Amino acid sequence: MQLKPLARSLAVALSIVVIAGCSSTGGTQDGDSYGGQDGSGVGSTTGVGTGGQYGSTSGAGAGAGQQADSRIPEVRTIHFDFDRDTIKSEYESVVMAHARYLRANPNARVVLHGHTDERGTREYNMALGERRAGAVQRFLNVQGVSPSQMSVVSYGEERPAVRGQTESAYSQNRRVVFNY
Amino acid sequence: MQTLNKVWLFCVLLFVSSVASANLTIEITRGSDQALPIGVVPFAGGDSMPEDIAQIIHDNLERSGYFAPLERSAMFDRPSQAGDVEFGTWRSLDVRYLVVGRAQQTDSGYQLQFDLMDISGQRRMIGETVTANANDLRGAAHYISDQIFEAITDIRGAFSTRIAYVTAQGVGDNMQFGLYVADADGRNSQQVLTSDQPVMSPAWSPDGRKLAYVSFETERPAIYIQDVATGQRVQATSFDGINGAPTWSPDGRRIAMSLSKDGQPEIYILDVANRSVERITQSNSIDTEPAWSPDGRSIIFTSDRSGGPQIYRHILGSGEANRVTFTGNYNARARFSPDGEQIFLIHRSSRGYQVARQDLDGGRLVVLSESTRDESPSVAPNGTMVIFATQQGGNGVLSAVSADGRSSFRLPAAQGDIRDPAWSPFLN
Repeated sequence: MQLKPLARSLAVALSIVVIAGCSSTGGTQDGDSYGGQDGSGVGSTTGVGTGGQYGSTSGAGAGAGQQADSRIPEVRTIHFDFDRDTIKSEYESVVMAHARYLRANPNARVVLHGHTDERGTREYNMALGERRAGAVQRFLNVQGVSPSQMSVVSYGEERPAVRGQTESAYSQNRRVVFNY
Repeated sequence: MQTLNKVWLFCVLLFVSSVASANLTIEITRGSDQALPIGVVPFAGGDSMPEDIAQIIHDNLERSGYFAPLERSAMFDRPSQAGDVEFGTWRSLDVRYLVVGRAQQTDSGYQLQFDLMDISGQRRMIGETVTANANDLRGAAHYISDQIFEAITDIRGAFSTRIAYVTAQGVGDNMQFGLYVADADGRNSQQVLTSDQPVMSPAWSPDGRKLAYVSFETERPAIYIQDVATGQRVQATSFDGINGAPTWSPDGRRIAMSLSKDGQPEIYILDVANRSVERITQSNSIDTEPAWSPDGRSIIFTSDRSGGPQIYRHILGSGEANRVTFTGNYNARARFSPDGEQIFLIHRSSRGYQVARQDLDGGRLVVLSESTRDESPSVAPNGTMVIFATQQGGNGVLSAVSADGRSSFRLPAAQGDIRDPAWSPFLN
């Protein structure tokens, strides 16, 4: 492809911005394998990939309790049932851990990314993804997190965590990701 | 919350003529049993030309589903002008129409002459001399195809139109998206935009010059309007929440869209000139995927106000919406036929998500596609075909089905996923 020089530098600048802002969404494709009750049981997770994004948290084996609130919780992805925006009971501890972290760190900001599986129409899925992220936002708010610390971006079906047309792929793609 | 009216005059990735790897090829997947037999004889003098004019016409007519062109190997006579056509010869081959022609090189390009013959009526129907630059021979062949199609069917040809579509490669955080425009036969693809953030929902302005689309390049959705030829673009909306599903009004002055800035996604109308937005729907549900009726008086959209997604129709100024679809529990993303009497949509059947057709004022819903992971139907400006996204072998491909469901074809990409097709209006 041929770029005019101005367009090229703008495109490069744009992509740098985009890449820089795109840090911590990955890694937890295998979100079913989250850790202990406090969401901080690092040692027990198996699916936390692309470790570089997590920097100093790797392998720390941090115990539960107040200490954990100074660090962003390890598990940052929760999953949903087909066509549902209900936070499943198995993920409540994960969301609670984020609530504690955000309460303890009022300057922290989180962007909740809502995702759907690929079935159905794209823009309708965009709305369903927003509904999922909104459910998490309301949950956090009820737990005392300030609305100013949270925002929601739905990606609908546009950024699948995994490819494929299997029930397993679909369930991994129906998710909300906590992005700090 | 404020409207972001910043004008961005980016020259984003433009004038990429003919990116070969991004071209689409055509595979006919279903032929109509009512297709008319026609012969398109290779043009005299065509051997030395960079494009095979008769083959392009042949392919266009076959893809339309209205015609079953005769194979060249069956042609033992190759006339090149009306006076040379032996009607009996072609009648014995069961051909009802015959296209003959000849090409001549000129100083500036080529001169193409063609005649369309009615074999059973033993007469010449139309004929014309067309001049073309060497680099626009395909365009000339599409023009000739349009004339032939209209002369026989009485329906305006749509071979000279274009298709916008989105490509995607990768997974999760490592994805590349592209917005392309190609000829209706998948050739001459031209890159409009690339991004490592999602690009979706391209929509043509009624004059065929601009595309509105959704891009996440600022890490959240915003609607942009881009001039296809110059690459100039503006950011039209960037409200909090969803900025999605843009569709132009028939007069090109307004864009209907879905915005969630006030809570749930609702239908709004943007005034393109002054950038004001007016809220149209008032519900506590998802309202999205608007489409403007051809007369400009109403908007259909997807809403889950009754539970699952169904199509509703809002007559502008009336303040209320009436439900249009009642078959099944998932009907979404509807588009009007050019006469405004029918809608094409995605229907969830027992087999999956399929392209379907229904009369606007009710009636039976008819499934048109055989595939089961369909999305994003877009109707040709002459109403004869619906292009849509589906999957083949785990990859996103474009497919098209005739409005009557009798014929279909596919446009697979060389690599990656291809999706979100938008058929342009007539461009000439």
